[in-house]
Amino acid sequence: MLTRLGPLLTILILTGPVIFGLAGTVLPAFGFLPALGGMEFTLAHFRELFSEPAIFMSATLSLLAGLVTALVSLLAVMLFVAGFAGTRLFGRVQHLVSPLLSVPHAAAAFALAFLIAPSGMLARLVSPEITGWDRPPDLLIVNDPMGLSMMAGLVAKEIPFLLLMTLAALPQVQLHQTRMLTTSVGYGRVAGFLFGLWPAVYRQIRLPVFAVIAFASSLVDVAMILGPTRPAPLAARLLVWMNDPDLSMRYLASAGALLQLAVTALALLAWLGLERFGAALCRQAAMRGRRFRRDAMLRAGALAVMVLAAGVVFAGLGTLAVWSFAGLWQFPDALPSTFTLKSWMTTLPRILEPLQTTLLAGLLSTFIASILAILCLAHEDETGGRPGRGALTLLYLPLLVPQVAFIFGLQLFLIYAGVLATLPALVLAHLVFVMPYAYLALKDPWHAFDRRYDWLAAGLGKRRARRFFSVRLPMMARSILTMAAIGFAISVGLYLPTVLAGAGRLTTITSEAVALSSGGNGRVIGVYAFWQMLLPIAGFAVATLVPALIFRRFRGMQV
Amino acid sequence: MSEKGLFLEGVRIALGGRMLVELTHHVPPGEVLTVMGPSGSGKSSLLAYLAGFLDPAFTASGRALVDGIEITALPAEERLAGMLFQDPLLFPHMSVAGNLMFAVPQGIKGRTERRRRADIALGDVDLDGMADRDPATLSGGQKARVALARVLLSQPRMLLLDEPFSKLDMELRQQMRLLVFGKARERGLPVLLVTHDEADADAAGGEIVRIGA
Repeated sequence: MLTRLGPLLTILILTGPVIFGLAGTVLPAFGFLPALGGMEFTLAHFRELFSEPAIFMSATLSLLAGLVTALVSLLAVMLFVAGFAGTRLFGRVQHLVSPLLSVPHAAAAFALAFLIAPSGMLARLVSPEITGWDRPPDLLIVNDPMGLSMMAGLVAKEIPFLLLMTLAALPQVQLHQTRMLTTSVGYGRVAGFLFGLWPAVYRQIRLPVFAVIAFASSLVDVAMILGPTRPAPLAARLLVWMNDPDLSMRYLASAGALLQLAVTALALLAWLGLERFGAALCRQAAMRGRRFRRDAMLRAGALAVMVLAAGVVFAGLGTLAVWSFAGLWQFPDALPSTFTLKSWMTTLPRILEPLQTTLLAGLLSTFIASILAILCLAHEDETGGRPGRGALTLLYLPLLVPQVAFIFGLQLFLIYAGVLATLPALVLAHLVFVMPYAYLALKDPWHAFDRRYDWLAAGLGKRRARRFFSVRLPMMARSILTMAAIGFAISVGLYLPTVLAGAGRLTTITSEAVALSSGGNGRVIGVYAFWQMLLPIAGFAVATLVPALIFRRFRGMQV
Repeated sequence: MSEKGLFLEGVRIALGGRMLVELTHHVPPGEVLTVMGPSGSGKSSLLAYLAGFLDPAFTASGRALVDGIEITALPAEERLAGMLFQDPLLFPHMSVAGNLMFAVPQGIKGRTERRRRADIALGDVDLDGMADRDPATLSGGQKARVALARVLLSQPRMLLLDEPFSKLDMELRQQMRLLVFGKARERGLPVLLVTHDEADADAAGGEIVRIGA
């Protein structure tokens, strides 16, 4: 049966690269790399790693980035949902924040950088009138040694992700009734939600939270744009070693990748501790019957963080757009004195190839992931089973293992297979990360589909393929295209898998943009960031407009 | 021995060791067997079993034959079990004519011929001229009649009715009952009706089986 292939291939795609990739990092870390003559077990590479300057500082930065990012964004989302779920304002903020999800991490990081840098938009707006600056002050705001701006950039990106995951979990709890109940016995909005509903909601979003920790503790692109440099977070340093033309650096890089794995594992362990602490705190307050009725400040704070996260990124993206058309733009002018298309014209010739690669890798990986997701869900329908905890954890596997730890090892296999820097390798590397999101995005709409339509069509004598193409596919066109748009946006934003599978020869808009970050040329970065934004938006536009156009005659198909 | 009609032979449906339905029965062509029972009694499972969509969580044994053909041995799409549900479930992405033409058997070739049959079927339920309408713009009663025309067009072996009148207004309900049972009798189709409305059973006029009481 065709649908059997769905779960089978999906599991293969989710686990294969992770397992082989990890093997490809673990073995060289202990000195085993036959291609380079490494045949003996040794700990020398770890000794070398630990004698690298400030390596523990790098590791600590990564650990803290993971924990702080997850904590801040989860608290913001939790308090916001607790304070506002079910209100009109909630819907508005949700619509404001959701589009952020499709903005690639690198673009969001650039947006923040060009907003808060000493020569950034904020400084320009208040200079020289308030600050008296007539040239950019010598302040280390971006790339600050504690990584605060890096964490801020991450928080702005993880908030929409966690919000969306929380929204998906909300229908499974009795929001309205529980709210009425807790309010009627005198609890404040936030406390009532936290005591009555949050445990059930949190259980649903635990894996996404873990994914945030794993991602933030091992991030590369945001760290390269916003992060500290002396020392840089661990994963960013690893990438430098991995790209070193001296192949013997692979040993060091592999040992470092294992350290990264340990750092992320430690961050997750620490989080488990935090979870217990938080739960105990909540339980105690609940058992004492603390009502926390005066929570207006708390709610306002959560709302402010949500709006700020969206506002900062959008304002920054706006700034970048202005930069891309800027002619002469002196500090502290708030706007360029001349506008020109020059940046667009000069970048055009070298942007075409990355653009083409971005589109191809994005469309192909999304197409494959969509088909597999559909096959998996169809298979669930047939067997009547829903994936259990184990299967769901498997789905999150590529998101829970730090990318640097396994993609680097996977690169080794790509080299052996002679496919490094080819489109199939790039598509595979992207597929590993697009697949989970494709499945997660389609799961709920698929299960919400009224299966009686399918039975009815079978009763009319239609075979399975016909039922799918004539009934299910058109009726679910919007959901399926939305899933594809999400997958495509994920693919467009991928940095590390692109750099490692493309080996610098096959580049995408995102990998090129991040490579430009050290140059700090606002005009060129503006053009690249603009493209990074434009592609996902185009995807979502197609997902909305195409079904609306095809089914414009049918009222029952409108949302 | 007459082989015409629907034969249920030792049909047993159980869920987790609990027997829900045990039934042996003959429904002659054009007649209605009404299965009554409270919700959760397994009456919808019986329909799902006959249509070929019983959830794998259930276990079923026995067999069902229509006009001598063992339908329970066939895949769902070859059973030709015409179904009507509480909701008309017209395909929202097809016009009324599209819904009807979708149901015309594959063997009937040619767009004009398929369209002609759709138009005739529409006339049979007094909806002439509605062919190009968007189903979402029809009234509840009109939708129910299109759903009936659609299922009849597919030349079913039998009709499986899952409380098809329960969401209609009082006056419409009696009209639809008469229309559905009349058409079934006209075409000699055995009908299995599950309901919890006694008035449905009265209108059907056939035998009544009560389960899960």
